[in-house]
Amino acid sequence: MALEVILFWICSVTSVVAALFVILHRNPILSALALLASLFAVAGLFITLQAPFLAAIQILIYAGAVMVLFIFVIMLLNLQKDPERFAPQGVPVTLRFALGLWVFIGLSIPILWTAFTWAMPPTPGAYSVSHLAELLFDQYLLPFELTSFLLLVAMVGGVVLAKKS
Amino acid sequence: MDFIDFTILAIKIMVVMGALLNAVPILVWVERRGSAFIQDRLGPNRVGPMGLLQPVADVIKFIFKEDPIPCHVHRFLFPIAPLFSLIPASIIFAAIPFGDTLEIWGRTITLQIADIHIGILYVLAVGSLGIYGVLIAGWSSNNKYSILGALRSSSQMISYEIALGASLIGPLLVYGTFSLNEIVHLQAQSWGIFLQPLAFLIFFVSGFAESNRLPFDLPEGEAELVAGFHTEYGSMKFALFFMAEYIHIVTIAALNTTLFWGGWQLIPGMVSLANVLGISTYPHSVGLALLKVAAFTLKTTFFTLIFIWVRWTLPRFRYDQLMMLGWKILIPAAFINIGATAVLLYIGWL
Amino acid sequence: MIGLTHYLMLSSILFSLGVLGVLLRRNLLIIFMSIELMLNSVNLAWVSIANFSNRLDGQIFVFFVITVAAAEAAVGLALIISIFRLKPTTHIDELNQLKG
Repeated sequence: MALEVILFWICSVTSVVAALFVILHRNPILSALALLASLFAVAGLFITLQAPFLAAIQILIYAGAVMVLFIFVIMLLNLQKDPERFAPQGVPVTLRFALGLWVFIGLSIPILWTAFTWAMPPTPGAYSVSHLAELLFDQYLLPFELTSFLLLVAMVGGVVLAKKS
Repeated sequence: MDFIDFTILAIKIMVVMGALLNAVPILVWVERRGSAFIQDRLGPNRVGPMGLLQPVADVIKFIFKEDPIPCHVHRFLFPIAPLFSLIPASIIFAAIPFGDTLEIWGRTITLQIADIHIGILYVLAVGSLGIYGVLIAGWSSNNKYSILGALRSSSQMISYEIALGASLIGPLLVYGTFSLNEIVHLQAQSWGIFLQPLAFLIFFVSGFAESNRLPFDLPEGEAELVAGFHTEYGSMKFALFFMAEYIHIVTIAALNTTLFWGGWQLIPGMVSLANVLGISTYPHSVGLALLKVAAFTLKTTFFTLIFIWVRWTLPRFRYDQLMMLGWKILIPAAFINIGATAVLLYIGWL
Repeated sequence: MIGLTHYLMLSSILFSLGVLGVLLRRNLLIIFMSIELMLNSVNLAWVSIANFSNRLDGQIFVFFVITVAAAEAAVGLALIISIFRLKPTTHIDELNQLKG
């Protein structure tokens, strides 16, 4: 019990600090590495939420492939440090910040006002990967097939767009 | 988890990390003498008998040499890049079982640091993080050769990671579980190699590419790219990259034995040999457990020696040949393996 | 005791940080990374609700979101590369040729 609480606080503080680093730092590669740290922290949170399979998938795909792609593109485009980070034209900075704050307040008020009760007491370790597979191939078969089609389309589109012709 | 469980875990971690870190100097010596014999020359034979203290001399050199940080590198990322390479290579070993259960003083100890339910996924996930060491090292060095080597190496590692993962789906279908301990238990009757030979072949070749060993050595191609992504690294940081590569070799050899060659299951003939030598082998005894650890070590050592042997025998792949092998040959072969395994399981032959 | 409120608050903090990143930064790639941050926070919300209501459906949706995010990252980055070939900049205010 205490271990879960410690893990939750470490992972949540890491993810928030890393997210702040992503949006505030000058150097794009350091932002990408901070996003990597945030993804790791969220994978840790998945483990405390009885979803070890998803934690492994998150590290394998998100942290191991998508972020590598990001860092590749940053290196290929040879992006240097951003000289002027928050120099927008049009809407001033304070208004944008207020908009972001408004989104946060709009999300937090329902969360804090609702008194959540558990539908059933959570049983740790009750679900395994085979239960996940049963759901995936039985009830959610159509989204599964559509997702595979989407991946094919994305692959072809990515190759066509990035080709040099 | 009470205090004694905690100490047992700490001792297991120290034993595994000690074995991995001690394997590095031994492998350095084996590589240098072994390569010399393959190339019909003598190799290091001055320092100590048969050159056995050569790694010690190497380590002393690494410690006392000046550790340069050139002025044009990225101040923060340059020193921590070797860690991105070393840490994933070492922590894969947490999920690998190196022995059966041991019963000492009424306690049952599993000779495995963490029996993770999703063992194979954990191994794949952590193994895919080794790319960052190469990328960050290449980028932070601010150097043409480093960045070329880093981009080549990381694209090679990503391509072969797909073949690595896809080749493991065949054994997953046969064993029906992700947990590495259970996979070794299920190989009691017949080892994995007899059930999944094609998967072993693909996994073996992809393992070479993942650890950047010859014949997939292009990223560190000494004749072409100075030294690839670790051009600017000297002394202790280079030693860390060096250690990371050898630890990765040992880890991939250990994974090979766990998945396809029976893990800690005894090699036929070992029990009779132990009885001849007078070691008691009744079930759950210390003698039997040590025998199983010895079987695991022997198999892993055998595959590590094959890694070293192949390095000095085969020539290096060209980049387009390498990519063609990964994408056009290994990945379709892995999918054919999955299809064939599924069909054979369905009709009941496997 | 960590309850559903804690996880959902964390999810909303991460989401609003992502929104701030999209609004405040002018570099295309950082905006893209903030979008990934938002998707990540939504994944966290799905999994925490799945855990506390003892059903697995939330985890299935995270599966799909991760897949779609990977596909979208690939196509988006290919787009960024082809834009960069036309006009070598990633500053979003300079990409205004379709304006007016």
